[in-house]
Amino acid sequence: MKIANLASIASVARRHGLITIVDNTFMTPYWQRPLALGIDLVVHSGTKYLGGHNDLLSGIVVTKTPELSERMALIQKATGAVLSPSDSWLMLRSIKTLGLRLRQQEQNALKIAGWLQEHPLVSQVYYPGLPDHPGHEIHRKQATGYGAVLSFKVRERRLVERIINNVRVISFAESLGGLETLITYPAVQTHGDIPVEVRERIGVTDDLLRLSVGIEDPDDLWEDLKQAIE
Amino acid sequence: MKYATKILHNGNERDPHTGALSIPIYQVSTFHQDDIEHPGRYDYSRSNNPTREALENTLAALEGGTRGFAFASGMAAVSSALALFSHGDHIIATEDIYGGSYRILTKFFNKFGLEVTFVDMTDLNQVEKAIRKNTKALFLESPSNPLLKITDIAGAVELAKRYNLLTLIDNTFMSPYFQRPLELGVDLVIHSATKFLGGHSDVIGGAVVVGSEALATKIYFVQNSFGAVQGPQDAWLVLRGIKTLRARMELQQQSAMAIARWLQGEDWVEKVYYPGLPEHPGHELIKVQASGFGAVVSFKTDTPERALRIMRNVRLWSVAVSLGGVESILSYPARMSHAALPKAERERLGLTDNFIRLSVGLEDAEDLMADLEASRK
Repeated sequence: MKIANLASIASVARRHGLITIVDNTFMTPYWQRPLALGIDLVVHSGTKYLGGHNDLLSGIVVTKTPELSERMALIQKATGAVLSPSDSWLMLRSIKTLGLRLRQQEQNALKIAGWLQEHPLVSQVYYPGLPDHPGHEIHRKQATGYGAVLSFKVRERRLVERIINNVRVISFAESLGGLETLITYPAVQTHGDIPVEVRERIGVTDDLLRLSVGIEDPDDLWEDLKQAIE
Repeated sequence: MKYATKILHNGNERDPHTGALSIPIYQVSTFHQDDIEHPGRYDYSRSNNPTREALENTLAALEGGTRGFAFASGMAAVSSALALFSHGDHIIATEDIYGGSYRILTKFFNKFGLEVTFVDMTDLNQVEKAIRKNTKALFLESPSNPLLKITDIAGAVELAKRYNLLTLIDNTFMSPYFQRPLELGVDLVIHSATKFLGGHSDVIGGAVVVGSEALATKIYFVQNSFGAVQGPQDAWLVLRGIKTLRARMELQQQSAMAIARWLQGEDWVEKVYYPGLPEHPGHELIKVQASGFGAVVSFKTDTPERALRIMRNVRLWSVAVSLGGVESILSYPARMSHAALPKAERERLGLTDNFIRLSVGLEDAEDLMADLEASRK
């Protein structure tokens, strides 16, 4: 959950004639609009918040200039990796509730991040909405919300399995952004293909868990996490 | 088991959980995992989805391959297959290749250092002459699109094996019902499932079927990491289309033959291209390597004006890009499927402005002929 300074990066890139590409999946355009900060191309896994219901797979590219749009259109047409009409429709339908969903998910995430920080078996919480997150100030300048994904480290590696195998309300599954809360074990799931040395160096260690907070009642989510940890 | 039965009963026709005779549409992105140590059979739909899997297994069964893969479109299937190759590799492709395949090779994969030479695949001497040190594969189409040239598939495979090359074939025009290239030694079969497999002009899809576990592992890696997968709704539509594959192919072929014969006798027709006609130069060859001739017929009118007049006047035929559907479609390669080829190259190949391609559907052949006859005047 590191925060990059998008406007500064865009200006450095422009000076060197580079294109900037941002994966905006975690924020969605509702909270963060990188093109307005000078970024050239935004990528989304539409599977996540834009889809929002853990029921479709999709990807999105939005370009800043007509010239880039034309190039992307040619690639889309030529490689043929297009989204089907049924999945496009599901996404259109989901986007109608984007603001509603994100506000509730973020509220829940803020509460849970705070609670996790105080738990004795949790050693570290990563969430840009926490004032002590190193990217908190930059994030507030470039986005209007903190999102609903947070990561945390537990004091002992064995706690990872205990949590994952004992959560009841929360699902242990790969993905994020849906209405239902999911817990993911990045070292094995999302980042399993990255070599161990690299993984450890960037901080995706064996004691790290990622939580995608849904729209359930936050008290129930916390109860579930607490009973699983303890 | 006879092939007609296999189309409907290949082990993928029932939902294992409920016995439903139509595979449910698993509209889902991710799957709950019961146990951290033992990941379930499905974890994320890009990696595997039960609806897509039923289609993929069906495709593998029908092509006689070890594994099938369903993609978002025919071009997603072509692109994913070509992603097997690396910077500096060279492939040899048939010169009248589908325009989309031509475009992806000359405007996309060229940027990543994949080299290509286009040759007349019906002349294996030419193919052999084009082989270089860095050649890795032959990319065939037989019948080719839209000239319906027939390549000696087994001969190409024999040549490829001698030089340690892979053989890829676009089998869209034949479908596995009429032609199963893996049985002839081809390594990888590609389909635009939008065409005969889907059959109803209502879905975009692509397929790759491979004949070995080693290739299956490589294609699976590309499918999972490139992610150009087919969605469950569309996978379901293709599965549904496949159930009538035999019935459609047989009837459409019957009408195609009747229309090709009729066109041959018309004085306003300069030339007819259909491998089912005994005069077609590839007729004997296709009889050996396939069990049918397909339902695509191409022809040249006496003048380009006549071709345009037909397209403007037809009532029953749809004028559209695509083929293989239950509705008859007339298309004009010079402006449609092969517009991506440079004009000079198009003319050299014979795709002139008086060239029309027909995809014969399920309407009565006499009505289709009457419509062409009325519109040509």
